[in-house]
Amino acid sequence: MAIAEPRPVTYSGRPREGLGELLARQGTAFWVVVALLLVMPAILNPFWLVQILAYSLILGMVALSLMFLGGYGGIVSLVQMTVAAFAAYLVAIFGDSAIAQISLKWPWWTAVPVAIVLATLFGTLSGALSVRTEGIYTIMITLAIASAFYYLCLQNYTIFNGFSGFNGVVPPVFLGVDWGETIPFYYLTLVCAALAYWAVVYCSRAPFGLALQGTRDNPRRMAALGFDVVAHRIAAYTFASVIAAFAGVLLVWYQRQVSPGTAGIGPVVDILIIAVVGGLSRPIGPFVGALVYVLLRTFSLDLLTAAGLDGKRYQLVVGAGFLAVVLFSPDGLIGIWRRLRERHRRRSEERAGQMRIGGGQL
Amino acid sequence: MSALPTRDGLAATGSDNALELRGVSRLFGALAALSDITLSVRPGERRAVLGSNGAGKTTLFNCITGDFAPSGGVIRFFGEDVTAFPPQERIRRGLRRTYQISSLFAGLSVIDNVYLACRGVSRNRFSLRRPRRDDTLSQAAQNLVEAVHLTPVKDRLVGELAYGQQRQLEIALALSGAPRFILFDEPAAGLSPTERRDLVHILTSLPAHIGYIIIEHDMDVALRVVESVTMMHNGRIFKEGRPEEIESDPEVQELYLGGAHG
Repeated sequence: MAIAEPRPVTYSGRPREGLGELLARQGTAFWVVVALLLVMPAILNPFWLVQILAYSLILGMVALSLMFLGGYGGIVSLVQMTVAAFAAYLVAIFGDSAIAQISLKWPWWTAVPVAIVLATLFGTLSGALSVRTEGIYTIMITLAIASAFYYLCLQNYTIFNGFSGFNGVVPPVFLGVDWGETIPFYYLTLVCAALAYWAVVYCSRAPFGLALQGTRDNPRRMAALGFDVVAHRIAAYTFASVIAAFAGVLLVWYQRQVSPGTAGIGPVVDILIIAVVGGLSRPIGPFVGALVYVLLRTFSLDLLTAAGLDGKRYQLVVGAGFLAVVLFSPDGLIGIWRRLRERHRRRSEERAGQMRIGGGQL
Repeated sequence: MSALPTRDGLAATGSDNALELRGVSRLFGALAALSDITLSVRPGERRAVLGSNGAGKTTLFNCITGDFAPSGGVIRFFGEDVTAFPPQERIRRGLRRTYQISSLFAGLSVIDNVYLACRGVSRNRFSLRRPRRDDTLSQAAQNLVEAVHLTPVKDRLVGELAYGQQRQLEIALALSGAPRFILFDEPAAGLSPTERRDLVHILTSLPAHIGYIIIEHDMDVALRVVESVTMMHNGRIFKEGRPEEIESDPEVQELYLGGAHG
């Protein structure tokens, strides 16, 4: 089941390349985006920097972990937001929060790694439970795990502090920098998101990622080539869960709190929407999707009120946007971008061709 | 999976047959697709399995590779009982197969398909390190692509290849690593006469220690590349012999060739 549009890759063992080639290979658009992201703090106010960009990067990382599973492995997992929320909870439980009777007050450099390891373990176990199924059944099992976790958080007061969850979770002060400040927090999320992006891009061309794409295209043949398909898929869950867990840590620092709502069915499905709207075929897709999603969520209220409608109906705008993208471009926003570029290229080639013919006749 | 014995260690069981089936059967509900198949093939032996459609030939392959578990019986590969092994464990021991309907990775390039096949039977299947162009496996993949004449299209997506090229790629995947025994399922199906000649050339020039079983309807191909023939009918073996014997056997002609040559 090939969810993602496969794209030709012209590489299998690239020779060492110079910086110039590296710059050229990524294309201008890539470097413009990198430069823009780096200078954003000089341009934008704190609201845009954190509420829009940093939040988009965090949601983008969670959606990236789904893109890795879905785009390369053909696995649609709804458990990625739950992994992130679990990591967020663990940071609050092991670290410090306003709920002094539960939080263990470990220093951040123990609490965070332990949270990431345990959340990754949780993601791997969810994977182990669901990888023997395909398509709709994977969705059902992972959705069941996600709702089970939501209700556990909601009803358990001894560990998860029930309905109210944990507030007062603050980012650490480290190396003399308060990472909760606007600009340091922005750069922290940017670096984490960039690392996650790079890891997925790199892995997709490494033997592990190639084999994962093989299991997506033809699992039976993969077994007939000597691969253990089930083990490979579980390992893919582990890889994706590491990314989701990192995003979860950033999420709890961003929100300064975590409650069952973080792991609710709404956010779980939102991650799927973000990944699909952005596009499952490339790692940049989830980040594009997340930015669009956050912008819609933040400004649709104003838009709706301006249009004389009830401002609380912002989900309507998000839903309509989702519907429009899926209808017109099955491979998401980056699919639209790619088609536009393709058309532009073809048209300019045609024009060049006509000019040649015209020149010949003269 | 790391506890696999080395190839040399396995090869030491010298006198064993490459492949040995004892009383293998396979039921699909009430239908016996295979019943009581007993078959042995020596190392390096090349054999054709012939029979009409529905005779159970492909089911036999599926049982040997582990795609289906047999309903009964024992399968030994170079002396080792592999009946309960999953496919990948049999493949890692040197068994290979091709599929009647090309079974490739349409979303990956030709070279990546072959690279995966080489990686599947080597270590570090989970490696997160990208291969370099001069790495042994990448090199092996390039050589295999060359051997089946696909170098000019090696960076193309497999989904875009012509039918004959996909069939050639099927064979390349089966030759990856160190195969000891290969199952070819109708490799000539749908090929042009020229491509068939290429196929016969590839099969006859395989190293002598590699044995194979070939299912093939084209007698010109099948009988030219094997030294023994097994005839199947309704899930049973009903005749074994040398190609000449089978070709001239009246019963075989009656059943399989419809008496047309009689």
